[in-house]
Amino acid sequence: MAVDIIYGENVSRGVKADAKNGLWLSANDLAGVSGFTRKPEGFCKGDLCYPVPLAHKDDFERTERYNLAALAELIGQPIVADETHQVWCFGEASESRTRALTSLEAPDFALPDLDGRMHSLTEHRGKKVLLVSWASW
Amino acid sequence: MWQALYTELGPKGFVPIAIAFDSAGNAAAEPWIKAANPTYPCLIDRRHIVAELYDMINVPNACWIDERGKIVRPTEAAGTSDAFRKMDRTNFSIPPDALADLQAKRAAYLNAIRDWVDKGSASKFALNEQDAIRRMHTPSDDHVRAAANFRLGEYLVENGHKEAAQKYFEEAKRLRPESWNYKRQAWALDDPMKAGGPEFWAAVDALGEKKYYPPPEDI
Repeated sequence: MAVDIIYGENVSRGVKADAKNGLWLSANDLAGVSGFTRKPEGFCKGDLCYPVPLAHKDDFERTERYNLAALAELIGQPIVADETHQVWCFGEASESRTRALTSLEAPDFALPDLDGRMHSLTEHRGKKVLLVSWASW
Repeated sequence: MWQALYTELGPKGFVPIAIAFDSAGNAAAEPWIKAANPTYPCLIDRRHIVAELYDMINVPNACWIDERGKIVRPTEAAGTSDAFRKMDRTNFSIPPDALADLQAKRAAYLNAIRDWVDKGSASKFALNEQDAIRRMHTPSDDHVRAAANFRLGEYLVENGHKEAAQKYFEEAKRLRPESWNYKRQAWALDDPMKAGGPEFWAAVDALGEKKYYPPPEDI
């Protein structure tokens, strides 16, 4: 079946997946959706690797399919799924959010202005920045 | 008020970056930005990305970031107060004493920014690392679960499934009842008038002694 997957700031539409007992994806889709690839050390993104718990290996992988839901649970990411519309949403783990905030390094972001021009926080390095929220509501 | 501050302090190396938490994007934010006509960056955050990154649960909330990209004041209510709660809800007028309190809080906040811009890390308002970390609100498991529910709700609305989105908005509000962003954005997506309507006032009244805008402890 085809599912939509929201993974952090990434949105992937119409991903082929088996959503029985988890969310099983091909290696290609796993990388496209989450950035993780299966390496001998485990599931890896950049320098970071999560070893596959040997006792539960079958929950994580089978022939050329990988369970993104099990991986997310291992990392501590929240998972919310809407079965009717086949949408899965993977959030950020509280631990990594907390680690980022308490490092006091201001998290970077890139967002558009009204004209669609993208702005990042880092382009203002060298200035004092007041990052301030508002809303129309 | 940020435009006046930018005009005054921009030449000293200061810039406000305003982030609009508006799932409806330009359609919602454009009239406000056009009216203010700011020269500082006004960015549209349809998915409340910055709200999650900086743990902002209301507007206006602000975070101070120094020249090296270091947070020197974590997210807090920015130059505002609970004065609006004393508003006469029939004619939207705020009693003079509440208005004076709001203006004093706003002036104090702007002066704190001026102090920081002038003195840098020597300003008493630029917190040392220990104090910055102590004051930092960090998300719990429930909070990140709330964020994921909210995000799924927004996605469903964006894709034409407004009804189906409601249960995820409800779950987000249940898991993080102190977030006004979740409440008011969900109301606004339902009906733009609802975010300031009877549901909003009922929720504000339910706060009782608690603050809508918890004030910074040192400004």
